[in-house]
Amino acid sequence: MSTDVTAKTPAGAPPGKSGSAADDGLLKLMLEGMRRNMRQYGMLIALGLIVALFAVWTNGDLILPRNVSNLVLQNSYILILAIGMMLVIIAGHIDLSVGSLTAFVGSIAAVLMVNHDMAWPLAVVLCLVLGAAAGAMQGFFIAYLGIPSFIVTLAGMLLFRGLTEIFLKGQTLGPFPDGLQKVSNGFLPEVGPNTNYHNLTLLLGFGLIAFVVIQEVRDRRRQQEFSLDVPPVKLFLLKLVALIAALLTVTMLLASYKGAPVVLLILGVLVVGFGYVMRNVVIGRHVYAIGGNLPAAKLSGVKDKKVTFLVFLNMGMMAALAGLVFAARFNAASPKAGLNFELEAIAASFIGGASMSGGVGTVLGAIIGGLVLGVLNNGMNLVGVGTDWQQVIKGLVLLAAVGFDVWNKRKVGS
Amino acid sequence: MAGPVLEMRSIVKTFPGVKALSDVTLTVQQGEVHAICGENGAGKSTLMKVLSGVHPHGTYEGEILFEGEVCSFKDIRASEQHGIVIIHQELALVPFLSIAENIFLGNEHATRGLISWSETLKHGSELLRRVGLSEHPDTRVADIGVGKQQLVEIAKALSKKVKLLILDEPTAALNDEDSGKLLDLILELKKQGITSIIISHKLNEIRKVADSVTILRDGRTIETLDVKAAETTEDRIISGMVGRDLEHRFPERTPHQPEEGVAPALEIRDWTVHHPIDQQRKVVDDVSLTVRRGEIVGIAGLMGAGRTELAMSVFGRTYGRYAGGTVLKDGKEIRTKTVPEAVKHGIAYVTEDRKHYGLNLIDTINRNISLSSLKKVAKRGIVDEHEERQVAEGFRKSMNIKAPTVFEPVGKLSGGNQQKVVLSKWIFAGPDVLILDEPTRGIDVGAKFEIYTVIDKLAAEGKAVVFISSELPELLGMCDRIYTMAAGRLTGEFSRAEASQEALMRQMTKDKEVTR
Repeated sequence: MSTDVTAKTPAGAPPGKSGSAADDGLLKLMLEGMRRNMRQYGMLIALGLIVALFAVWTNGDLILPRNVSNLVLQNSYILILAIGMMLVIIAGHIDLSVGSLTAFVGSIAAVLMVNHDMAWPLAVVLCLVLGAAAGAMQGFFIAYLGIPSFIVTLAGMLLFRGLTEIFLKGQTLGPFPDGLQKVSNGFLPEVGPNTNYHNLTLLLGFGLIAFVVIQEVRDRRRQQEFSLDVPPVKLFLLKLVALIAALLTVTMLLASYKGAPVVLLILGVLVVGFGYVMRNVVIGRHVYAIGGNLPAAKLSGVKDKKVTFLVFLNMGMMAALAGLVFAARFNAASPKAGLNFELEAIAASFIGGASMSGGVGTVLGAIIGGLVLGVLNNGMNLVGVGTDWQQVIKGLVLLAAVGFDVWNKRKVGS
Repeated sequence: MAGPVLEMRSIVKTFPGVKALSDVTLTVQQGEVHAICGENGAGKSTLMKVLSGVHPHGTYEGEILFEGEVCSFKDIRASEQHGIVIIHQELALVPFLSIAENIFLGNEHATRGLISWSETLKHGSELLRRVGLSEHPDTRVADIGVGKQQLVEIAKALSKKVKLLILDEPTAALNDEDSGKLLDLILELKKQGITSIIISHKLNEIRKVADSVTILRDGRTIETLDVKAAETTEDRIISGMVGRDLEHRFPERTPHQPEEGVAPALEIRDWTVHHPIDQQRKVVDDVSLTVRRGEIVGIAGLMGAGRTELAMSVFGRTYGRYAGGTVLKDGKEIRTKTVPEAVKHGIAYVTEDRKHYGLNLIDTINRNISLSSLKKVAKRGIVDEHEERQVAEGFRKSMNIKAPTVFEPVGKLSGGNQQKVVLSKWIFAGPDVLILDEPTRGIDVGAKFEIYTVIDKLAAEGKAVVFISSELPELLGMCDRIYTMAAGRLTGEFSRAEASQEALMRQMTKDKEVTR
């Protein structure tokens, strides 16, 4: 579901073969849909262009199966953080503490597992609870005491960084148990006969495709049951084909190397889960409402304080998860872990369509934003651009993405 | 007197879709205090914005002559250079700067960018003495009361060598004592030769300070009266403000017949609310009222009468500090301390300020409609998007919301259509009591009729409707009973038969000492 957007864009292009009036209408409908989600489609296209650019520049190295796996592993923790951060930003807040919190949870995990030989599943659960508690503490100050989130999480940033150094006594601590390392660095196990492809990945991929298709068809049928207008069959089929092509590309890419990384599975579950919550669960709607217009949300009976509290609690838990993945990936907890992660996550959210004033954004957007940054990093590494210039370029991309959004809104507004 | 200092001739000002001023002529004599009065929305504030350059030359038609010269102000600075200074209802002071810094803000005593504090202080104290303030000029503005802040505004105006001072409802936020001081100051300034225009709808104030009064109605000048003349009574002014006939602007309504022995759907008893910051001030003062099922009950009052504050404090205590009173629903006392509680008891409040308190403008029509009752389209906390869309489509058709789809962001709709979305949202919540606060503010005549029809239908379905409005004709056309409010108190109750614009306006312009 990631680097394949290039496959998606051309799939949308050739519908004009018969050239009839109906197809004109189809194109119009598509453009209409794109206009409404300009920012996200814009970034999707930009991501596709960036992928294409680096694919050419690196003579195809970027889209080698090995590198695609790598890309997922390298960026998993930022993407996990970006999902949580997106929710925080939609609610109209910011969280600067997540980088420090990932390091803090990593250090606690190391102390538990390395120094005290705790069983890793138990330690993981404890760490997630700890992260949630840290997030809840910040959420309490923000939601119930009304201290601005910028201040509270700035304090948290210093506090958790300091605690990390205290717990680790300035040293790195490792190694982690094999089981946990497998989760962070490993791939799905190999099963069945030798087919030159990774069987379980293929199976999962095909299963996912079948699920998506069934879901889309059922959804369409339910819309008709409610006697709502549905998009024309042609457009629907086009969308299905694009989706299948996209999923198939990723599946084949991953299956032709070592298979799907375990973290990709975790990420997939998170994206689908949070995407669903934000779109279809009451509390998700409430997050959008308080970020979009707090007084109106209050007057509509939204329990704004509780929602804010929960958003930060969740962010803490996501930071803990990212901390575990990060520590396990490098097989050590370091006092310098997670430096600037909060900024990467915030940048990913804004590139992916969040608005500074809250109320706007999607979980998928955060992933797209994170991938834009990830592909830039990876691609520039491959072609040998130094970290100095990487930062310059990433800064410009952030500015351009948000600048485009502002310009686009103004154009629509006038 | 020395002839007119200001003449505004045939001023016409149009906003997209609305003609705010259609033909206003205003003549102010040198050295007088000239009052302007009219209903909310009559065009008073717009006229003053035209005069002071907030609406620059070229955006309106007509001619402005100040001291005999034709003026074409392009902004406020330009009008201030001519000595015209406007003091808005919402004060424009920076709270964390000192009094002196505020007075000379944008006009500092400085040489080459360096502020001379000694001069600032000296000149500042002089100005404060002129307006009768004994505060040190270094005091922070946030630390003095609203009444004194108003005086600081006037000192600021004096520092700009003001010739014509415009005060937009200067006493609306002040208590009696501060109001008195302010009015005395206006008279004092008049002796010093400063001409003032004062916008007010407190008739006793006008009688106290003004020499003449110009009445505006529906964006037109109705007449200018000499306040000191014997025939200029308060009734005379009132009839000028309201004189308008009721055309067929309302749906045919069969008046509600109260049923005997049934408790009212909503009863408010002895409701008192204090201002959220200035806790000495009672914004709602011992108000009791009832609304029955199927009845439309109006609350009439001018700005600052406490109508919105009453409604919002009853609806989940969303305004001010509660200081006593009970709410009864169908004869039983209920708790309405939070919005969810109020909604649970079947009360809905449709705000007067849809942009700030009613809608999430960046979100779509369907999501706005469902927000206050998501449970109705959700199963076990999961929103059924299709059902939600179907509900929204239903409202789009029944309420005639003009939008291509329900996925349109609400911010792109016109005022009337936005209002229909807010109404849909609360109708969907299925309340027994609907409190509608200025439901037709800022929308065109056609949309108004549609909204009246909806309200009428709601009452016919047996809902109790509270209709808060500043437009008397609409209250007279729609309501079974009308309460009037002034300065936080109920000042009258009228049946449909008893009510007339004049009678209502008389109770609405009553001030405290007159009522009791």
